[in-house]
Amino acid sequence: MKIKLRVWRQENSKAKGKFVKYELDGVDPEMSFLEMLDALNEKLIKEDKDPVAFENDCREGICGSCGLYINGYPHGKGNKIATCQLHMRVFKDGDTITIEPWRSQGFPVLKDLIVDRNAFDKIMSAGGFVSIDAGQAPDANSIWVPKENADKAFDAAACIGCGACVAACKNSSAMLFVAAKVSQLALLPQGKAEAKRRALNMVAKMDELGFGSCTNTGACEAECPKGISIENIARLNREYLSASFSEPE
Amino acid sequence: MSRFFTSSIGQKFFMSITGIFLMLFLLVHLSVNSLLLVGDGELFNVAANFMGSNFIMKIIEPILALGLILHIFYATYITLKNQKARPQNYQVMNRSKADWAAKNMFILGGLILIFLVIHLGNFFWHVKFGTVDPISYNGGKEIHDLYSLVSGLFINWWWYDVIYILGAVFLFLHLTHGFWSAFQTLGWNNDKWIKRLKVIAYIYAIIIAGGFATIPAYFLIKYVV
Repeated sequence: MKIKLRVWRQENSKAKGKFVKYELDGVDPEMSFLEMLDALNEKLIKEDKDPVAFENDCREGICGSCGLYINGYPHGKGNKIATCQLHMRVFKDGDTITIEPWRSQGFPVLKDLIVDRNAFDKIMSAGGFVSIDAGQAPDANSIWVPKENADKAFDAAACIGCGACVAACKNSSAMLFVAAKVSQLALLPQGKAEAKRRALNMVAKMDELGFGSCTNTGACEAECPKGISIENIARLNREYLSASFSEPE
Repeated sequence: MSRFFTSSIGQKFFMSITGIFLMLFLLVHLSVNSLLLVGDGELFNVAANFMGSNFIMKIIEPILALGLILHIFYATYITLKNQKARPQNYQVMNRSKADWAAKNMFILGGLILIFLVIHLGNFFWHVKFGTVDPISYNGGKEIHDLYSLVSGLFINWWWYDVIYILGAVFLFLHLTHGFWSAFQTLGWNNDKWIKRLKVIAYIYAIIIAGGFATIPAYFLIKYVV
């Protein structure tokens, strides 16, 4: 397969970036998208050119580092996949693929396709944890958790913090991420004690870091590689509103 | 609590509350207006004059105006802020699956506002500044002949019928998203209710927009065509 690429190249966070066109021959349909980029970089290195910087680690859809905006879709077109799980077989010979970094005030571009997702860590530091040592796994049924809550908390905890929700949202809102991180604890007894403070502080941090606000378009849910539901956003709203009207500040 | 008013969720809370208030108003407005389609207009005149003159409505009217102003104010503020959240846009347009209405609520709201200005100029202005002809039924008290004002407009100027039907179309699209979105923002939602509320949103939008569009369509078909 022969593929035409338009890749965002940017020297550093202060430089003005631009799209650069590349042509890549001999692309195997069995390759993953990242393997295709590896092939491009090998070619660039052989030509003594600067390889394209992109973030990646596990390459099996669980680390959340490989986010790329491909032809108008975060992580490319496909249901519940990260960029590493996108394969070249979905493209045709001669296709042009445009690759951009996540675009958001909260995610400044560091180099080429790599963005700084530190904002998510800052939001987590604001309250996305349980302050006590939860200790060893307790005896079964010593703490009662309804099965439904356990399932929902587990679904929320599937969030890998890749930032596709921010990338997909027209307002570049981080609500789905924050909602997942608040929900995974709010539904469990260990998370209840700090639930109010958590919701207030994490939302305040999210606002402070320049993410937009949620207008319920649902684009985040459609693009989330882990299928996190916007039901969690409703829960975050609930948690935040009840905390605002009760917690003395 | 002080942070609530400036937080993103707090601002959306006001969008939601004012939105629900305006949606309730639309129901009341349509139920009175539907009387335009019944009989020779006496029923509508009596109902509309009652709504315009009773004590409770006099209190609700400024609250309604305030609700509308807050809804517009927060919509503008949030939209401007959200645009700043992505200083550099994508080269390839976002193709992520999302309802067209959901992505264009501000534009739809702006179109509805333009319609509203025309609408208030057509009726509200005339009522407030007393240029409406009086009428009395069975020798009773003189009341505003609002039926003639409305029917006159729709019969004599066909393009107003078109404007009012267009206004209803914009309202329909705005409500299909606004209705369920209001509940989502209040946190009154879950996986089951998202689907249900979206269906109810369409039913509500069809009743409201369909109802309002029927009135100019009725006069257009009965008297003009």
